[in-house]
Amino acid sequence: MAASRDHLSTVRHVIVVLSGKGGVGKSTVASQIALGLMHAGKKVGLLDVDLCGPSIPKMFNVEEKDIHQCPEGWLPVYIDKEQRLGVMSIGFLLSNKDDAVVWRGPKKNAMIKQFLSDVVWSNIDYLVIDTPPGTTDEHLTVIENLKSYNPDGAILVTTPQAVAVGDVRRELTFCKKTHLPIIGIIENMSGFVCPCCGEVTNVFSKGGGESLAKQFSVPFLGCIPLDPHLTQSTEEGRDFFEAFKGSVAIKALQTLIQRLILVDENLP
Amino acid sequence: MYVDNQSNKSEVVKGNNSDYIATMADVPDNAPKLCPGTRSEKAGEAEACSGCPNQSVCASAPKGPDPAIREVKERLHSVKHKVIVLSGKGGVGKSTFTAHLAHGLAADPNRQIAVLDVDICGPSMPRILGVEGEQVHQSGSGWSPVYVDDNLSVMSVGFLLSSPDEAVIWRGPKKNGLIKQFLRDVDWGEVDYLVIDTPPGTSDEHLSVVQYLSESKVDGAVVVTTPQEVSLLDVRKEISFCRKVGLPIIGVVENMSGFICPKCKNESQIFPPTTGGGEKMASDMNVPFLGRLPLDPRIGKCCDEGKSYLTTVPDSPATHAFIQIIDKIVKHCQANEQKTETETGEMDCS
Ligand SMILES: Nc1ncnc2c1ncn2[C@@H]1O[C@H](COP(=O)(O)OP(=O)(O)OP(=O)(O)O)[C@@H](O)[C@H]1O
Ligand code: SF4
Ligand SMILES: [Mg+2]
Repeated sequence: MAASRDHLSTVRHVIVVLSGKGGVGKSTVASQIALGLMHAGKKVGLLDVDLCGPSIPKMFNVEEKDIHQCPEGWLPVYIDKEQRLGVMSIGFLLSNKDDAVVWRGPKKNAMIKQFLSDVVWSNIDYLVIDTPPGTTDEHLTVIENLKSYNPDGAILVTTPQAVAVGDVRRELTFCKKTHLPIIGIIENMSGFVCPCCGEVTNVFSKGGGESLAKQFSVPFLGCIPLDPHLTQSTEEGRDFFEAFKGSVAIKALQTLIQRLILVDENLP
Repeated sequence: MYVDNQSNKSEVVKGNNSDYIATMADVPDNAPKLCPGTRSEKAGEAEACSGCPNQSVCASAPKGPDPAIREVKERLHSVKHKVIVLSGKGGVGKSTFTAHLAHGLAADPNRQIAVLDVDICGPSMPRILGVEGEQVHQSGSGWSPVYVDDNLSVMSVGFLLSSPDEAVIWRGPKKNGLIKQFLRDVDWGEVDYLVIDTPPGTSDEHLSVVQYLSESKVDGAVVVTTPQEVSLLDVRKEISFCRKVGLPIIGVVENMSGFICPKCKNESQIFPPTTGGGEKMASDMNVPFLGRLPLDPRIGKCCDEGKSYLTTVPDSPATHAFIQIIDKIVKHCQANEQKTETETGEMDCS
């Protein structure tokens, strides 16, 4: 690719979704933020750098789609006809979805660099990046390569129980050490509403995220309740905002999305 | 400019399966793509090596398998059974399961149990086993693990950190170095079961564990999943990984299988098995299914407090399920033991 354009320089905002702990809902939050921003009229890119366990193609029901190469680089897979939401994931590059990507750090880093430099994001408002759990190669590579583009920062996802919160403390340290700004902490899976009797059970206890945010003086972005409709949407790759309008998790997600829209509007 | 994603003019980017499987060889960060691996016979002399910055080092370095593999074998000679707990997906309860497998096994006072936490970036064993803040000591015979009980010991990077906020921000090679030390240098003493907890994925930690244990007999892997497809998707990859590296699979455990409302006793599927759950996945992939563990908020609470759920809430569906699953794992390991005995004619020839 001779006259390769600097695709990332056309991106207005970069948001990295992080969590030290696995399975807390990073991919869910990343996909719903991307979707919500799209519904709010923004142009969005969603990059999945979880190379060993990519979930994004499944969450949008586009597992069978292919990535195409054009002279400018790799074209993302678009979720909607208007091409307002494009996604990129290693999932699209595998010929069989059960294939394992068994790579050590250096190979993972090379792939991520390629994702960051070669994907054609044309003038998008937001690039949301979903990451694997932990604080290792993928995260370091993403942050190092984004540095010159001044990313807006990280959204840290946690669940309320102490073990998950403990991992987020380490993630906070990670952001400080790598000089990545923190947009805020979001507590996911905060309480389960029994569909039968309405009793709210804190399946994974409650409140850890907020007290942690206070302790480290970073913004708290709210609690997303455990919502079976949200699980169902991500399982079936449906548009949660369209399919389950009255759902409990929608309000929490909307608040979060409004906040991210403000980031854009407050810009000079 | 409008770019048509589906236009036939553009080329589809797709890799072969083999593109995604790393060799077990050690390939440094700065090596060219076709590096044969620094331990290969051709290291420093292969075609790819000309121009590689490591050439002179590689050409003169000792060849052959990492001597640590041997050393690990010798160290773990005193360990009868080794079980690795794996999952492609994060947060499915690997560590919770590992801890309770250990507690369950240690319920028999005649057994000696050890737990090794190779989750370097997110160690949770110290907290779950209630030994947070403890330290490991070094002696002439190696690192001594932390004892949770007389017959239950644990080693984790968590014990090496100065505060719970400290992050281990390490790239692959450093993680591999520590895993090597954990496997080679920890003085476990005589142990019946060593249970190894891993981080999610199929990357450095997993390759290293399998590689360093390649001469020490491993009984197999227990693969943990939750019922929904988003999770099974990654777990299938983990099973492909086990097959690729020749790690036997003891079976699949499905965790967080159903939630019983404490008020009305109605069962909800918080994580619905939309594609048949762990059992169907196991039968599709032709591996044993070991059982289901229900979602009980008290399990999480016990983990937070560093207590064993099995003794805190002894008479619950989840405890019964745990005990049955643990029983199956023990049976598997005992069968392995008998097999080895007949194979070697009861003689220990090492
Ligand atoms: N608020 C919620 N309500 C209901 N289900 C949820 C919620 N958040 C996440 N889930 C479900 O929990 C599971 C785990 O979520 P997800 O895959 O997003 O986690 P992750 O942090 O990306 O995991 P990994 O560390 O493996 O990448 C998914 O099945 C998802 O649908
Ligand atoms: S000299 Fe050869 S073996 Fe050594 S790192 Fe370079 S390419 Fe690999
Ligand atoms: Mg994910």
